Amino acid sequence: MSNPPDIVTGEIEASGRDAQAKRPVSSGEPEAGRRRTTHDLWLSGTEAPVDTGRFTDEGSQEMLLVEDQAVLAEQMGTLVVDDYQALGAESSDETQIINMGPQHPATHGVLRLQIELDGETIRRVKPIIGYLHTGMEKTAETLTFMQGPTNVTRMDYLSPLHNELVFSMAVERLLGVEVPPRAQAIRVMMTELNRVASHLLWCATTGLDIGALSMMIYGWRERELVLAFFEKTTGLRMNHNYIRPGGVAADLPDGWEDDVAAIDDGVRAGLADYEALLLGNPIFLERTRGVGVLTAAECLAFGVTGPLLRASGIDYDVRKAFPYSGIEQYEFDVPTGQNGDVYDRFIIRFEEIRQSLRIVAQAARTMPRGDYRTDDRKVTPPPRARIDQSMEALIHHFKIFTEGFHVPAGEVYEAVESARGELGMYLVSSGGAKPWRLHVRGPSFANVQALPAMLTDSLIADTIATLASTDPVMGDVDR
Amino acid sequence: MTDQSAAEETGAGYTGLAERFPDAAFSQSYGQTVCRVPRDRLVEFATAAVAEGFSMFVDLCAVDYLHRDPRFEVVVNLASLDPPRRLRILVGVPGDDPTAPSITGVLPGANFYEREAFDLFGIEFSGHPDLTRILLPDDWVGHPLRKDAPVGSVPVQFKEANTAS
Repeated sequence: MSNPPDIVTGEIEASGRDAQAKRPVSSGEPEAGRRRTTHDLWLSGTEAPVDTGRFTDEGSQEMLLVEDQAVLAEQMGTLVVDDYQALGAESSDETQIINMGPQHPATHGVLRLQIELDGETIRRVKPIIGYLHTGMEKTAETLTFMQGPTNVTRMDYLSPLHNELVFSMAVERLLGVEVPPRAQAIRVMMTELNRVASHLLWCATTGLDIGALSMMIYGWRERELVLAFFEKTTGLRMNHNYIRPGGVAADLPDGWEDDVAAIDDGVRAGLADYEALLLGNPIFLERTRGVGVLTAAECLAFGVTGPLLRASGIDYDVRKAFPYSGIEQYEFDVPTGQNGDVYDRFIIRFEEIRQSLRIVAQAARTMPRGDYRTDDRKVTPPPRARIDQSMEALIHHFKIFTEGFHVPAGEVYEAVESARGELGMYLVSSGGAKPWRLHVRGPSFANVQALPAMLTDSLIADTIATLASTDPVMGDVDR
Repeated sequence: MTDQSAAEETGAGYTGLAERFPDAAFSQSYGQTVCRVPRDRLVEFATAAVAEGFSMFVDLCAVDYLHRDPRFEVVVNLASLDPPRRLRILVGVPGDDPTAPSITGVLPGANFYEREAFDLFGIEFSGHPDLTRILLPDDWVGHPLRKDAPVGSVPVQFKEANTAS
C-alpha cells in the first residue's frame, strides 16, 4: 500500500505516481483575511468544489447580518419593540452566537438552532433544518398509489396512521371511491389512538426535558399499551401501512374490544398520575408558565396549528372545521387555552388525550359491521380465495400489484388533524398509476418556523421547554 | 360534497374576491374551491383574501408540469376560520422565467415554504427577505423536484485506488 491521502488536508505525500498527481490548490492554511471553510477538506484527485465563501455547508442558512435581520424581523413579526429589553444604549455589544444542535439531546431529532445571546437573553434565533431531508416527495413520484402509504407513513413517524389516512383520503377523492362505514370507523378509532400514543410520548419527553425524569418512564409505560394494540392489529408498532386507499389493510383482531377498554382504563389512570405529578409541582409551574408565549395572531400568520394554536385560544381543529372519515358523528370537545404558553400546551394535550379516548370509546361502541375495505376490485386486491376461482380476479390482482391502479387526472388538497396540527397533502395526478406530485404540509414544519417568535427575548434556559412544547418531529419537518 | 353545494359555497364566501378581481378565475376541483390568479397580482390578491377572512396561512408549494405552459404552478392554500372555508390560489410561472412575487409581507408563514419551493424547484420569490436553500445543502447543484431532475443518479467520488503497488 502506498500512502493514503490525509483526510484533513487532502495532501498526499509525494511518492512515485502520486507526485505527478495534481495537488489540491487549497492548503491547510486559509488565505489571508478569510476564515477556513469546510471546503479545505476535499480530497485530492477530485473536482474542486465551488467555494461559497461561507463558514459551513449550511452557510446560506445561517443568520443574516444584523442589518438585514432587522428587515426580516419586522416582516416576520418577531421584532416586538416594547419588550426588547436588551436593545439600546445600555446594551453591551458583546453578543455571542451559539449553536444548539443539530446533535443535542433536547432537539428531538436533528434540528439546529442558531442563537445570538446577549448575556442570558436570546436576541435572535434561527432554526436551521434539512438534516433529515430524504427527498420523500420525490420518492412518492416513483411509487404507485398502492405503495404510497409505505412512503408517507415514515414522515411523521410518531403519528404514522394520520399520514396514511390523509394520503388515502386524497387518492379516494380523486378516484371517487366510497369507503365502507366500518373502514371509516376503524380509521377514526386507530388515528385517535395514535393521537393518544403521540401525546403520551410528548408528555414523556417534554417532562424529561424540563426535569421531571420520572415522566419519561410513565409516559412510555402507557404508550406501550397502545403500541401493543397497534402491533396486534397492523403487525407493526410504527410505520404500519395499515390505512390504504379504499379502506384498511386488515380487520380488527379478535378481542379488540377488550384491548381498547384496557387502553382506556390504563391511559386514564396514567393521566391522573401525570397531573398529580406535574400540575401541583412548583418547579414545573415556574418552568412552564409564561414561557414561550405565542399569540393567536402570530399563530395564524405563521400557519401554526394543532395544540399550539388551541393553547393560544383559537378553537381551530380540522376534525370540527373540515370533518373527515365520518368523525362528525362522534361527540368530543376541542379544548382551548388562554395564555399560549408551555403550561397551556400541557393542559391542552392532557385534555386532548381524554377527548380522543372519548371518540375511541364511542367508535368501539358503535362499530358498524360490514367490509373493512371497498369492494371496488380496481382499487383493492380480491380476496385470496377468489383468485383460484375467477380469471377476472386473478387479472385484477396481477394488475394492481404490477402496474397499480390508475387515478383520474386532477389536483386535491386533503387535511386531517394529526397529533401536531393540520397535516395536509396536495396530490396531483396526471391520470397514471403514480402521483405526478405529492406535497406534504407537515404541521411541524410550520410550527418550527414560529420558533423565533416564541424564543426572541426570552432566557436561554427556557429554550428547551419552549422547543419541546412545539413537539417537532424532524421526519415531518424535513421529509 | 356535491357539485351543487360546492357552487353554493363558492357563491357565499368568494363573491367579494371574484368581484374585485375579474381576471381571477374561480373553479371547482373535486369539490374544492380553486382560483387561478395572474402572477403579477398574487400579492394584491393575497392581501384581499386575508381581508376577506382567509387569514390563516396553510400551505405553499410548487408543481412542475414540464410540458404544460406555463411550466410551473405555485399553489397557495389559505383558510378562513369562521365560517370554515378553504381557498386554493394557483399561480402559473413560466419555465423560462421562474420567478414569482413573495407573499411573506402579507403572510409571514410563507417564509419557509417559499424557501422550500426555491430550494426544490428553483422558483425565485422576489421580495423574500432571506431566499436561501432550506432542505438541501448550500452547495447542492440543481433543483431535485423538477421533473427533469433524475432520480437515483448520485455521483460517487472514488478515492484513488492505489492498486499498482
